[in-house]
Amino acid sequence: MSEALATETVLDVKNLQTVFFTNSGLFRAVDDVSFSVRRGETLAIVGESGCGKSVSALSIMRLVPDPPGRIVGGSVMLEGTDLLMLDDATMRDIRGNRISMIFQEPMTSLNPVMRIGDQIIEAVRLHQKVSNKEAWKQAVDMLRLVRIPEPERRAQEYPHQLSGGMRQRAMIAMALACRPALLIADEPTTALDVTIQAQILALIVDLQKRLGTGLILITHDLGVVAQTAQRVIVMYAGKKVEEATVEALFETPLHPYTRGLMASIPAVPSPDAKADVRLVEIPGMVPSLTKLPPGCAFAPRCKLAVDRCRQAYPPLEEARPNHWAACWRAGETVEAS
Amino acid sequence: MATINFDAELRRAGANATSGWGRFTFLAQRHVLGTVGLIIMLLFVLTAVFADLICRYDPLSVDSAHRLAAPSTLHWFGTDSFGRDVWSRIIHGARISLAVGIGSTALGASLGVIVGLASGYLSGWVDLVFQRVTDILQSLPLLVLALVMTAALGPSLPNVILAIAIPLIPTVARVIRANTLALREQPFVEAAKSIGMSEMRIALRHVLPNTIAPLIVLATAQLGSTILTEASLSFLGLGIPEPYPSWGRMLSESAAEYVRVAPWLVIFPGIAISLAVFGTNLFGDALRDILDPRQRG
Amino acid sequence: MTEQRALLEVNELVKHYAVRGGILRRQVGTVHAVDGVSFSLGAGETLGLVGESGCGKSTVARTVLRLVEPTSGAIKLDGEDIAPLSKTALRPYRRSMQIVFQDPFASLNPRMTAGDIVGEPLTVHGLAAGKKKQERVAELFQQVGLRADQMKNFPHQFSGGQRQRICIARALSLGPRLIVCDEPVSALDVSIQAQVINLLIDLQRKQNFSYLFIAHDLAVVAHISHRVAVMYLGRIVEIADKHALFANPRHPYTQALLASVPIANPKAKRLAPMIDGDVPSPINPPSGCAFHTRCRFAIDRCKTERPALKETGPGHQVACWLNDGTGRNE
Repeated sequence: MSEALATETVLDVKNLQTVFFTNSGLFRAVDDVSFSVRRGETLAIVGESGCGKSVSALSIMRLVPDPPGRIVGGSVMLEGTDLLMLDDATMRDIRGNRISMIFQEPMTSLNPVMRIGDQIIEAVRLHQKVSNKEAWKQAVDMLRLVRIPEPERRAQEYPHQLSGGMRQRAMIAMALACRPALLIADEPTTALDVTIQAQILALIVDLQKRLGTGLILITHDLGVVAQTAQRVIVMYAGKKVEEATVEALFETPLHPYTRGLMASIPAVPSPDAKADVRLVEIPGMVPSLTKLPPGCAFAPRCKLAVDRCRQAYPPLEEARPNHWAACWRAGETVEAS
Repeated sequence: MATINFDAELRRAGANATSGWGRFTFLAQRHVLGTVGLIIMLLFVLTAVFADLICRYDPLSVDSAHRLAAPSTLHWFGTDSFGRDVWSRIIHGARISLAVGIGSTALGASLGVIVGLASGYLSGWVDLVFQRVTDILQSLPLLVLALVMTAALGPSLPNVILAIAIPLIPTVARVIRANTLALREQPFVEAAKSIGMSEMRIALRHVLPNTIAPLIVLATAQLGSTILTEASLSFLGLGIPEPYPSWGRMLSESAAEYVRVAPWLVIFPGIAISLAVFGTNLFGDALRDILDPRQRG
Repeated sequence: MTEQRALLEVNELVKHYAVRGGILRRQVGTVHAVDGVSFSLGAGETLGLVGESGCGKSTVARTVLRLVEPTSGAIKLDGEDIAPLSKTALRPYRRSMQIVFQDPFASLNPRMTAGDIVGEPLTVHGLAAGKKKQERVAELFQQVGLRADQMKNFPHQFSGGQRQRICIARALSLGPRLIVCDEPVSALDVSIQAQVINLLIDLQRKQNFSYLFIAHDLAVVAHISHRVAVMYLGRIVEIADKHALFANPRHPYTQALLASVPIANPKAKRLAPMIDGDVPSPINPPSGCAFHTRCRFAIDRCKTERPALKETGPGHQVACWLNDGTGRNE
């Protein structure tokens, strides 16, 4: 890949704010979040349920259900166009064409009464003026690209005739059919078995490199992040708390939440590990977004929290070159490490 | 980019819906039609309970001097062919409608729950038999079935209640059975089994309470149709016997002979029936939306 | 642990489901959910059961507890075979074995308070009532890290991790000796997973019961287990002490499974899938070794003959023709 291509920014999200109105009140699902994705780059968004990672993705796609949700601020620049300013018709042209999305559950994301080939054709013909025959050929080519064996035959089949892994491949084929500039994968392998997960992740990374697509990978699995992403943002309670290259993040996580997450996942044991050692746990639970504490949302669970953390939300600061963290004490952790 | 007023949105989103009353007003604002239905139903119930206080005349007393009197300050809704006050008869008719409505719905629902629970929980041949019987019952129209039953049992209040309740059983049993089948597969039922609980206890303690919400929704929805069935039965002369005031009978007495000379005899009972059914249906719909969003549609 | 008599001994456990089709609901096939599984579990020991979806691990869990009736085989609890017992005869044994389910949202009755849920087993078995029951429930709440004043709350008022604690308290209420954990942390957030795993480990240390721990997450299983059994299409393909298994996996499937786990370390990149294709259907499992369709080492014999579990080292059993002492896939 040429240098010019590698640095070209595909997506630039600035100060995105998305709120939800629910029975138990209003909450900011995505609160002032900024990030960008370059061509051929993989950006991972990590966090636990309710941290706002999926809503961020839906906001980019302008698919936040309204009501109860609404994007109330910020900009989402895709290849120089602010998606939040577009009318609905123009936005529909962009979805599936310039940005595509793949979801966690490949069964519910495919139409059960349509042949796989027809579903890909539909995606293609929505955005390209091609004959049905030409589109079918493209569909089969896409299935071949995602390494589905016997693509001609599989294109004729219905989703229920395919295994979970095959369906996710078909979803990827559909998402990439129009060669989008940006692909958003929301927990694409969470519903799959590990051996299939390894296959699908390898496929996504390989295709993305070949096609130069920008990729946003949303996941809760730090292992998946480490194996696929170049840059990572960590989200907690609707806010971005840390951003770094994948190497820097795993080498020196700055935010106590990131550190906690890394320490709390059990690793496949090394031969010298003791049986039943306790894991490092993050005490407490993820706060309800409708009842966020003042100051840092992580403070009630944080061992390092001081009074200042409970009073004011820390700004996102570049604690090290290209490594941002929103923590009053990030500087100290850098010195300590 | 559109901006929003956070405080206003917060209130709109029900930020004050924490206390019982706050929650109620919040829901009432969201389901305006349901609230209208609830008010109609409350009026209906209050009328029935305080019928003796509200009515101005004895609904049964005949006054041959004032036969077919038009509505006036003396007789708000006029009088019928026997000179009985229509207002008072409609007020007392609410009692009959309510008694039949609630009585038959409660009876039908209880029997339906037993059948549905047994059918869904025991499965096997019990289920098969119950299913085929309900199939047969459901293939007959509610009204025809009730007609045949009252004709066989004879017109009286308990018989009318019974006649309307029995056709309700299959509808309720269906819903309860479907719910039971779904609940049976729930891990908490499996957990109850692993504890060593008896099937009876599981059915009554773990399955039944979880079918209450759909049951309430269904019963409210059926209330309107039972009121309508009672009116129809009485209209056909098989409902509540004379001289007790039933809205349906009031209609049938007057419809043919007096509709031209005394239209109030048709209009006011008609409005009473429609209003009661309309109210219960509106309330039932709102209740379904609140309690059981899955049944919407 | 091996010197003691096993608390649980499962012998040649089989569970087949009939697949019916057509108008006449005739049997058109058989799902070989569990196809001859044997293992034993000592007191205070944790046996991890791993495998991919459809490998039968959850069916083993439910069959051991007789929540699913076994087709054949023996389930010995303390030497007593509970497989042939009637439901009534089984009841006293229920006290000794309990289960914690995957989905903490669905495994609690939404219409009962947390206190009632935890106390109900005591009522059912007539162990405690009234004030004594309340005290016992409060004690159980405290054991699993909940506050006693939370007893009157309903399940929806708790977070996922707290609900799983309620499930654990319910399982503990009867003082069981065996707790089957069926994917107990896979529905939980990462930071909460660690809390629940730690709780399970702490409880075991204090009360010395055994876990049969089922999970698809190898790291979680590895963390909590003493021994690990790997299942593939209804059979155990490898069973060993966890250190032996992870340091020296001998079955090609175990090797592939281990290699597929994404490591949370960007310097250890290795995204090369070890095996292709999908798990075959358990309705008509492949002949011979069920894994031969995806195994890169498969030889002719694998296609026709089914390998039995064989000891290849102390406590290390593998069902693979390549590992019958020849060590050919080393």
